[in-house]
Amino acid sequence: MSYPTIGGPAAEKKNTNVAHDVCVQSQIDRRNTITSGHRACQGCGEALAARCVLDAAYSATNGNIVVVNATGCLEVFSCVYPENAWNIPWLHSLFANAPSVASGVAAAMHVSGKSTRVIAQGGDGATTDIGMGALSGMFDRNDDVLYVCYDNQAYMNTGVQRSSSTPPMARTATTFPVGSYLGNDAKSGKNLPEIAIAHNIPYVATASVAHVTDLEQKVMAAIHIRGARYIHVHVPCPLGWGIKTSETIKIARLAIDCGLFPLFEVVNGAMTTSFTIENLVPVEEYLKPQRRFAHLFGKNAVPDAIAHIQKLADENIKRYKLLGENAHE
Amino acid sequence: MKEKLGGIMLHQLEGSQAIAKVVAMCRPNLICAYPITPQTHIVEELGEIVRSGELQNCEYLNVESEMAALSATIGAQAAGIRSYTATSSQGLLHMAEAIYNASGLELPIVMTIGNRAIGSPLNIWNDHSDAMAVRDAGWIMLFAESNQEAVNLHIQAFRIAEMVKCPVMVCVDGFILTHAYERINIPDQKEVDEFLPAYEPHITMDTANPLSIGTMVPPEYFMEVRYIAHLRQQKSISIIEHVADKFADKFGGNSGGLFHKYNIQDAETIVVTMGSVAGTIRDVVDDINCESGNKFGVLTLISYRPFPQKEIREALKNAKKIVVVEKALAVGIGGILVQEIKLSLAGINVNITSVVAGLGGKPITRSMLYDCLLGSSHEETKFLGLNDDLVKKKCLFACDASVI
Repeated sequence: MSYPTIGGPAAEKKNTNVAHDVCVQSQIDRRNTITSGHRACQGCGEALAARCVLDAAYSATNGNIVVVNATGCLEVFSCVYPENAWNIPWLHSLFANAPSVASGVAAAMHVSGKSTRVIAQGGDGATTDIGMGALSGMFDRNDDVLYVCYDNQAYMNTGVQRSSSTPPMARTATTFPVGSYLGNDAKSGKNLPEIAIAHNIPYVATASVAHVTDLEQKVMAAIHIRGARYIHVHVPCPLGWGIKTSETIKIARLAIDCGLFPLFEVVNGAMTTSFTIENLVPVEEYLKPQRRFAHLFGKNAVPDAIAHIQKLADENIKRYKLLGENAHE
Repeated sequence: MKEKLGGIMLHQLEGSQAIAKVVAMCRPNLICAYPITPQTHIVEELGEIVRSGELQNCEYLNVESEMAALSATIGAQAAGIRSYTATSSQGLLHMAEAIYNASGLELPIVMTIGNRAIGSPLNIWNDHSDAMAVRDAGWIMLFAESNQEAVNLHIQAFRIAEMVKCPVMVCVDGFILTHAYERINIPDQKEVDEFLPAYEPHITMDTANPLSIGTMVPPEYFMEVRYIAHLRQQKSISIIEHVADKFADKFGGNSGGLFHKYNIQDAETIVVTMGSVAGTIRDVVDDINCESGNKFGVLTLISYRPFPQKEIREALKNAKKIVVVEKALAVGIGGILVQEIKLSLAGINVNITSVVAGLGGKPITRSMLYDCLLGSSHEETKFLGLNDDLVKKKCLFACDASVI
């Protein structure tokens, strides 16, 4: 399959922290693609982000979307038979194959002459680990699929084990800090948005559940583009990160404001920064409220570890121009 | 090269080419291609057929693995189109998880297996280890004896899959069939269209009627789902027979169904087998019957899943001796098909012997079979053509309980 690429409108609305269009989630007639009553934990960032993504895609296409879901929290909490939270056509096959399944669905839409848009979605385990080969194949073929990764930085469904998206020094059930072992390896981790960009697909973006309007706009831009598209959404997990269930959005916002999670958009290879940081905060402010980083603070504090994480944030700030175009000149 | 024989147009074709031609005549809308020997020629040929425009309205997807091949097929079939892929050996195992998924989702996918050994040690030649490894995955599994039967079975497979709502594997012996050039009767497109109606999906991803496909099923319902799958396969036994009868009415010949019977009426010894070795066995049985006055017959199983237990019992019940010749081995127990034949004949006083043959492409010769069928071996499982010297040499390194 090869498709002409069309630039999305989100690319033109760069560098603004102000909600400029009406937010889909504020509309009384939003679809509620994932309706209430599902089994997600209180404060689940993934449930909220997935609803925002799919409601926005639904709104932008007049309901002309179908979804392929990888195995994971989102799948398990939404559809334990005979209960079901999905208000759209939805297909779950396996953990590792959502991109390939979506390629097949997209081929079916193409061959049937349907304009229905195909979305595939999964967590960071499905996306950055077990399904990455399949995702790379889908990108390589430029199949007509929008893939959305909800990144909560560990395998939450199985009880908080490390993924290749788990940040340095984070405590998980398989990176438990013991003695001189400070949790997840400082040099580990995979930058999937950059890997997606390296495939030269027409659209790549990062987004956060803390900035719903930005997230919606990226989805609404990406959904109409032909070819393979990728959106990587940062979604805190209160259970896995050890944060208050009321602080999901606050923590997600701090990840952006300290520079650890940059928001950007790449359309046909041209990168624009979606958010410039207005009130830069040190990484401690983001790390300290999270129990997964608690071993770095307190009486056995590890200043070197904090300094290492601060360095990662500083590198992001420079690389993605998070303080604005002229900040370093 | 074409040759007209008795009103039938015969084509000189490689098995893989013939399979590809007939798969294209079944008008799949998606073909997933990933290379693995000895299946590769099938998807190569299909690529040409799609790109030349001979097969219209079909997406040809070059994927990055067998897992992706079957997964994309699952997605396409769930979205309402007829889909096809092919694989062999390690490729089949690589897609193992998706094999169970396709049958669990009741998607009528058709997949060709160019049967090949499983490593290690790496071996690209024919046996049935690959298909046997996924025998409990809920697919209908049909074994072709010849390339003509492989061609005919593919047309039947789409019909059966769509009637039963169950994926079908058509197993074709690697190299022996996939790479053999033979004269093959390729049917007319019009006749195939009449036999195989356009695909009408029983589930689809329709925005006007949203379905959730592949939800999690808790203990209250899971066993029932599996039981229904089992019932459906059992019911498919009569559908497989019915489709073969209809096929014979339309296209002539005798292919498909549950099994082929050769001389089994009044036979004292019946050889049970699957796949391309059946022809060699029939020749040997002819020689034996002619020379020694023995009464040997052959039952060639086509439908391995569903396993037609009652029908097999009926066909074999009067024999004094059954010899099961199979190209697969369950390490630690012996033959696989033989266990299922034994189960089918439970309570009947019959001598059943097991012959494991042709693993990893080891030749199965007429003289080997002749000696084996007439010999009086007391071994529980006979391994045909084993190099005893090599085995003895390697056995020096085998574990010895006395040293523990």
